[in-house]
Amino acid sequence: MSALGWWGVPIAILGGVLRVSTPFLFVSLGECLTERSGRINLGQEGILVMGAMSGYAASFAFGNAFVGVLVAATSGILLGALHGTICSLPRVNDIAVGIALMLFGTGLAFFLGKPYVQPQAPMLPDLAFGAWSSIPQLRAALMVSPLFLIGIALTFFMSWAFANTRFGLIVRMVGDSSEAARAMGYNPNRVRTVCTALGGGLSGIGGSFLSLYYPGSWSEGLSSGQGLIAVALVIFARWKPRNCLIAALLFGGAGALGPALQSVGITSGYYLFNAVPYVLTLLILVSTSSRTRALAGAPGELSIQR
Amino acid sequence: MANPDAALRWQDRIEAVLVPAFALVVSLVIFGAFMAVLGKNPLDVYLFIYKGGFGSSFALRDALARAAPLILCALCVALPANAGLMIIGGEGALVLGGLAAAMAGHGLVLAPALVAQAAMLAIGMIVGGAWIMLAGALRQWRGVNETISSLLLTYIALALFNQLVEGLLRDPESLNKPSTPPVGDAHMLHAFGTLELHPGLAFGVMFALIAFILMRYTTIGFALRVVGGNPRAALLAGLSTTPLILFACGMGGAAAGLAGAIEVAAVHGSANASLNAGYGYTGILVSFLARHNALAIVPVAVLMGGISASGGMLQRRMDLPDATVLVLQGVVFLAVLASESLYGRFGKLWRGVRRAPSVAVNEATA
Repeated sequence: MSALGWWGVPIAILGGVLRVSTPFLFVSLGECLTERSGRINLGQEGILVMGAMSGYAASFAFGNAFVGVLVAATSGILLGALHGTICSLPRVNDIAVGIALMLFGTGLAFFLGKPYVQPQAPMLPDLAFGAWSSIPQLRAALMVSPLFLIGIALTFFMSWAFANTRFGLIVRMVGDSSEAARAMGYNPNRVRTVCTALGGGLSGIGGSFLSLYYPGSWSEGLSSGQGLIAVALVIFARWKPRNCLIAALLFGGAGALGPALQSVGITSGYYLFNAVPYVLTLLILVSTSSRTRALAGAPGELSIQR
Repeated sequence: MANPDAALRWQDRIEAVLVPAFALVVSLVIFGAFMAVLGKNPLDVYLFIYKGGFGSSFALRDALARAAPLILCALCVALPANAGLMIIGGEGALVLGGLAAAMAGHGLVLAPALVAQAAMLAIGMIVGGAWIMLAGALRQWRGVNETISSLLLTYIALALFNQLVEGLLRDPESLNKPSTPPVGDAHMLHAFGTLELHPGLAFGVMFALIAFILMRYTTIGFALRVVGGNPRAALLAGLSTTPLILFACGMGGAAAGLAGAIEVAAVHGSANASLNAGYGYTGILVSFLARHNALAIVPVAVLMGGISASGGMLQRRMDLPDATVLVLQGVVFLAVLASESLYGRFGKLWRGVRRAPSVAVNEATA
């Protein structure tokens, strides 16, 4: 960094943002899908950690990181379906089930993942977007994971699908009014369970990014709460997939700011930078909430809206 | 039964025991099957969980020491829940309460032990109470959802905590594990009684008892339950909701802050990362399992404390990873939460008596 001096900071942030924001992007897209159907899943943290573990284990067992991603998605779908099924029972509180799923998922991942802390599994490949540059820092910063590109494509796909596909419209209707959905002949609980399962699958992929790309190993301290805060990201994004991308970049950027500044000798304030997105989300909530009406853009059936 | 109301009440009481017991058995069967699949004898596993959690005075001490912060963190959920609020930010109140207590203890190193201890616990409660009250205030004044705001406040609290413990308030002598300066051995809370029980247990049980009496036998408690059960009725009855809700949040936050202060004053001796041990999140589920009944929280917390205390024994005797107890806790929580849907069904089977539909999800049985 010394040759670049202060210029190293924005480059390091850029590289950090591209790496750190990917898991945020996947969990927020997953939570966005879940919440648009009218449910809230606070268990994304457990799904993320379970995805990281199962992805790493599968990559190690099959010698292929992409198989790992698929297995991570599958484990996420299963855990999401568990949440969705339990929450479909009458009088069950989705917030509490989410927290139980968080404990269950992380516990199961730690339990099953014990043998995989040591061995080295194949990692996801890099795409070198910085090959044109002669600055090594820039080249390092522009090493992009294919999952990040898939995440961006998915963002625009989801945004389009919510507005233009039959499935997207059904999800939004179920999320806004169970009664309307029932009158149209759809079973709200079934739609919500499917959405929670698919959302869980996305979070599982986000988890596999942690273990198979960056930081790129499996350990019990791998996640720093990216899953739990998915809920905040989605509120920040106003339940819109394209805003999820912006929110993920911002939350990722805040996480990357500390290490980047550390490289030029600024070591204080590290944790406060991490808190900036949460303060921002809270400020947004405070300034836009109202006692008399729901948040703009929020699905009407969401339990935190009532 | 001549009086249908009395019949319903008894039915509720029977269910309140039968439904969770049934869910507990189901979760033990599921977890047992999981153990059997892994080639471990489920009966042996349960035997060692019993031995490691409750089987000796040593095990019981450990279980009760873990139960104490769980009781207090569960109260941080239960008290606001009785007033209709779903607070999940106990972890934030716990770490900030612990930090404040550690600083008070350090500042009062020269004061008499009793003064320093009282100050530590009091300031922990005040800071924790204020933190959760903030979530209640944001809801009352701006309509911000308290579940989300308390979760965000937890993240902000953890950032503040880490920043201060590793920066401004760090003891330069704490090299490997950044900590605040120690409160001093002489000022720490010590175990009591012939069983050498964890001092936090006494505070936890006392707080739960006070909360129970407050909720059930005082006008404030009654008013709170009206607010929680039916805000419209509360409005029509002329109850002023805001002070009641702030009070419930303040009390709940004080409980979580006290948990942090006790962890500092009785266990760690200073504020450091060990405070952030997840009691706040497990406490949420303890409160749900107890159906937000302050008294029922105590046995549920002891059960959960015992399960987590048995992790070491399972590791040594059954060669199982320490996360085994987390899996069991997770299965128990999921099963008991799912069993919520069974309330009112046993009665229908037995008597064909229909239970009145519940008004709110977090309607309390208290």
